[in-house]
Amino acid sequence: MIEAMSPRLILLAPEMILFVAAVTVAILGLSKNHGIRASLPFITCAALIASIAAVPLTWTNENAQAANLLLPTLGRFVKPLLAGVGVLLVLLSVGSVDRKMEESVARGRMAFDPQRVVRGEFYAFFLLSIMGAMLLCNAQDLIWLFLAIELVSLPTYIMVAIGGSGNRNQEAAVKYFFLGAMSTAVFLYGFALLYGSTGSLQFLEIRSALATQSAGSGIDTLATIGIVLILLGLCFKITAVPMQFYAPDVYEGAPTHVTAFLAFVPKTAGFTAMVLILTCVGWSGHTLIDTDGIRIPYNGLPTPIAAILWMIAILTMTLGNIGALLQSSVKRMLAYSSVAHSGYLILGLIAGATAGIEALFFYLLAYGVMTTASFAVLASIERRGEEINSFSDLAGLRLRHPVMAWMLAISAASLVGMPPFIGFFGKIYLFIAAFEADQFGLVLAAVLNSAISGLYYLKLAIVPLVAPPSARSEEVTSVPSRWPFIAAVVCGVGTIFLSAIAGTLVGAAKSSAQASPIVLTASQAALPTASTH
Amino acid sequence: MLLIWTSILFPIVAAFAVAIGPTKFAKWTAFAGTLVSLGALTLFAWNFPAWHNAEHFPNTTGPSWIPHAGITFSVGFDTVSLLLALLSAFLMPLCIVGSFSAITERTKEYYGWFLVLGSSIILAFAARDAILFYIGYEFTLVPMTLIIAIYGGTERRVAAIKMFLYTFLGSMFMLATLLYIGWEHRLAVGAWDFDIDTLTKTATRLPSSTQYWVFAAFMVGFAVKVPLFPLHTWLPLAHDQAPTAGSVILASAMLKLGTYGNYRFALPMAPAGGADLMSFVAVLAIIAIIYASLICWVQTDAKKLIAYSSVAHLGLCMLGLFALNPVGAEGAVFYMVNHGLSTGALFLCIGMFYERYHTKDTDVVGGLAKRMPVWASFMVLFTLASIGLPGLNGFVGEFLCLGGTFISEHDGQTGYPGVLGPWYAVVAGLGLIFAAMYLLILLGKLVWGPLREPHDDAAHATSAIRLPQDLCFREIAILTPLAVACIWLGFQPKPMLDAIAPCAERMLANYPKEVERYMSQSAGTPLASINGKTNESRGE
Repeated sequence: MIEAMSPRLILLAPEMILFVAAVTVAILGLSKNHGIRASLPFITCAALIASIAAVPLTWTNENAQAANLLLPTLGRFVKPLLAGVGVLLVLLSVGSVDRKMEESVARGRMAFDPQRVVRGEFYAFFLLSIMGAMLLCNAQDLIWLFLAIELVSLPTYIMVAIGGSGNRNQEAAVKYFFLGAMSTAVFLYGFALLYGSTGSLQFLEIRSALATQSAGSGIDTLATIGIVLILLGLCFKITAVPMQFYAPDVYEGAPTHVTAFLAFVPKTAGFTAMVLILTCVGWSGHTLIDTDGIRIPYNGLPTPIAAILWMIAILTMTLGNIGALLQSSVKRMLAYSSVAHSGYLILGLIAGATAGIEALFFYLLAYGVMTTASFAVLASIERRGEEINSFSDLAGLRLRHPVMAWMLAISAASLVGMPPFIGFFGKIYLFIAAFEADQFGLVLAAVLNSAISGLYYLKLAIVPLVAPPSARSEEVTSVPSRWPFIAAVVCGVGTIFLSAIAGTLVGAAKSSAQASPIVLTASQAALPTASTH
Repeated sequence: MLLIWTSILFPIVAAFAVAIGPTKFAKWTAFAGTLVSLGALTLFAWNFPAWHNAEHFPNTTGPSWIPHAGITFSVGFDTVSLLLALLSAFLMPLCIVGSFSAITERTKEYYGWFLVLGSSIILAFAARDAILFYIGYEFTLVPMTLIIAIYGGTERRVAAIKMFLYTFLGSMFMLATLLYIGWEHRLAVGAWDFDIDTLTKTATRLPSSTQYWVFAAFMVGFAVKVPLFPLHTWLPLAHDQAPTAGSVILASAMLKLGTYGNYRFALPMAPAGGADLMSFVAVLAIIAIIYASLICWVQTDAKKLIAYSSVAHLGLCMLGLFALNPVGAEGAVFYMVNHGLSTGALFLCIGMFYERYHTKDTDVVGGLAKRMPVWASFMVLFTLASIGLPGLNGFVGEFLCLGGTFISEHDGQTGYPGVLGPWYAVVAGLGLIFAAMYLLILLGKLVWGPLREPHDDAAHATSAIRLPQDLCFREIAILTPLAVACIWLGFQPKPMLDAIAPCAERMLANYPKEVERYMSQSAGTPLASINGKTNESRGE
């Protein structure tokens, strides 16, 4: 049966699992039975875990080869990464969605009203968004890429609106939606230009066409502008300059568990898409063969693209860190910190194949775990039934909730790049990749930025551990559900545990970054294909 | 290897035990943890085969951690790192016992962090992988910041944050430099490797203009930690605010990471840079000596005075290192150990009278010899050791550092030419005279003279543990081993100096050649020397 299915379809097994689960939870969410409604997050978790298990079973070398993908092994690392962090993100949301309604129903103050519940929808959208990010790994052409990345974004707009119970959520959702739509327009325009220049929507063909162009008189202006527009559009997803303006407002306005989602899933999707697009262009280290059979090394990304990425990287990390310095709201600070981390991650993009891509995905893993740890702590405490927001709410957290205070300190230490937490190894690996690409300037900029970031991450660690409790923080209690707290502990321990097995993880990331060999266009087809390394 | 890992990891195990176990056992668990660590390290030192050569032992690479980046779990000692690790391990149990009466709140966290601190310091000294060193070096900041921020004085948060930020900024430069040398190794060999010896070999082959920057970047990182003028401003505040045991470890072990960093990384990895910047660093060191001594002279806070005297003493230590001859380097290493002993003991003494009087102001308290004769005799002993009285341990190190500076001259009769010479030694020697003055003034106020005690004894009465007027048995038991060590090393410095000598010579192996080059270049115009360097080709 399975043999009969086409390899491309088999590779989609994890997505299919998630899709079936999404439909199931959407329907079960309408159940009158409280127990069934309460089990939705755990069904979601089960589906995510099943999809992790499906990846090694289906993503074999033969299937990946047959599917004719640009990066045939990409999904083997990125899909489990998304689903794994996804499980933690689900735990953050347990008990938050529909909380007021469920409490009223439990107290008998109102009857169950299927028109008012949103929990089923929430988890369905959650799964669909992760599914979209996973689908990116299987993208072969621009249309698929576009649909997948929109599938990541569209559910998140709704999740921001329905995940919590405040008016600010709606405001954030509207803001997020309109700016998101604008960014979509930008990168769609870029797709059009790229298509116009290369005459194809298929990645492999686009890459051959661009290789041919660059072997000749250099890459077309039209294609360059197209690629730059695509990158700028994707900057919205990864919260990089110049599309980062929404981040503080939306991250602050969204319910905390959705903020954690926004900080990881769209970012991973955006970087995956960027890796695909830039692989079409080619990094230094790739070689191609001209008509006389002479190997010509690529000179890296075309200068305008490299220069723009360079500027984006420096501006993103600097503005992110300086912005974070000025915040008194924890969530806004973490939003800016997320911006700054995107800046570091772009180092990996610039460094390129294959060390840079490895470092990028390894850092995404580290970032996912440590940033989820800090959001998980925020999600597991509240003040008078409202989310906590300012640093003064965290003061003296240690006295009531010592473990949470420690987890926040650990995540801050990891985010700043303090050894031996996983963030340190992520950074080391990114720097190593940047060195390999001769980007000393970028390493220096990142080092200086890490030093700046010490200022505000130290605040995140010191305030809960050392500051005396204030009148505000006396009212801080833990949320009824234990699961966000459990997620915080898992992430906090994970930042230490993962660095112990960093060697294995880097190996896994390494095997995901291999590009398929360049197939040359018709005029050069007689020549042996050049290999990438 | 097993013994080294025991001494590194057992404190962490004990820290977990402290965290889980009941509060009343916390201090004893911590004490046991540090004792086992010290015991394992002593046993290792007892059987250490490389006391009289410059080899590392064990001379094998540890298990791989991140193979793609060449990071391994390699630990091993040469004589110098072993001595410094022994010093740290020796002070840990004393500090734990010294905290019994001082720390009465949040004890579990305190002892837990103290154990982690000890463990990461030993890791930094033991590491033979540069990244492993960085992990130990950098992680010491976390427990120390928390110990100061939670258990310190009234300005504790400012002090902790200042310390963290200064050191963190400096060590980022150091990390970038280590990665850069790793990258040069990758270029030359084709694989990443962070073994310190391998990196040293690679780095010494870099062109001298590159080495200049490598050295400068290392210096930024380590100078903050030493601390060298003008980057020392975090230290007095941190010492002033830290609890006693925190001050002891900060002065005796953590600052040594800075000088050790110079010994292990900056000097041997970038000899050309070291030769170029020799006089610059020496001038900074001398400024530190004179400037800190003058501050000490007018200082009325006893603890701040000791903190500034630390800046001066470590300035002398740096001067000895940068004399770039074996005499100075031996003296500097010997002085690292002895400064750890005598300054650590002084901080303990100050802490003991602070616990009784709740003030460190020498204008308020004085003449304590009448009240606390036992304490006074220890105080006098350690102060004299710190001044460098012949017959006590401080003298040997100071004398060698100054002697090394004195003979660091152009003619190169010693085989190790230098650019410092007698004038540097004379000016730095002034610092020693100042040291005698301010420390004797401190003694005069605090120990002798008319008895002055603060009238308001309310704070004393509310203290959780009533202390006897003079030192109790526990406190005497802490100070006695330190006193024995100070006297023994003062009379018998030779075994230790003999052990240090081969390491010092090995560290300086490239220097005669590089200093000659520097001097022949600076004989021409200074600018020509800089431009000329850029044209040198990169060695294989």
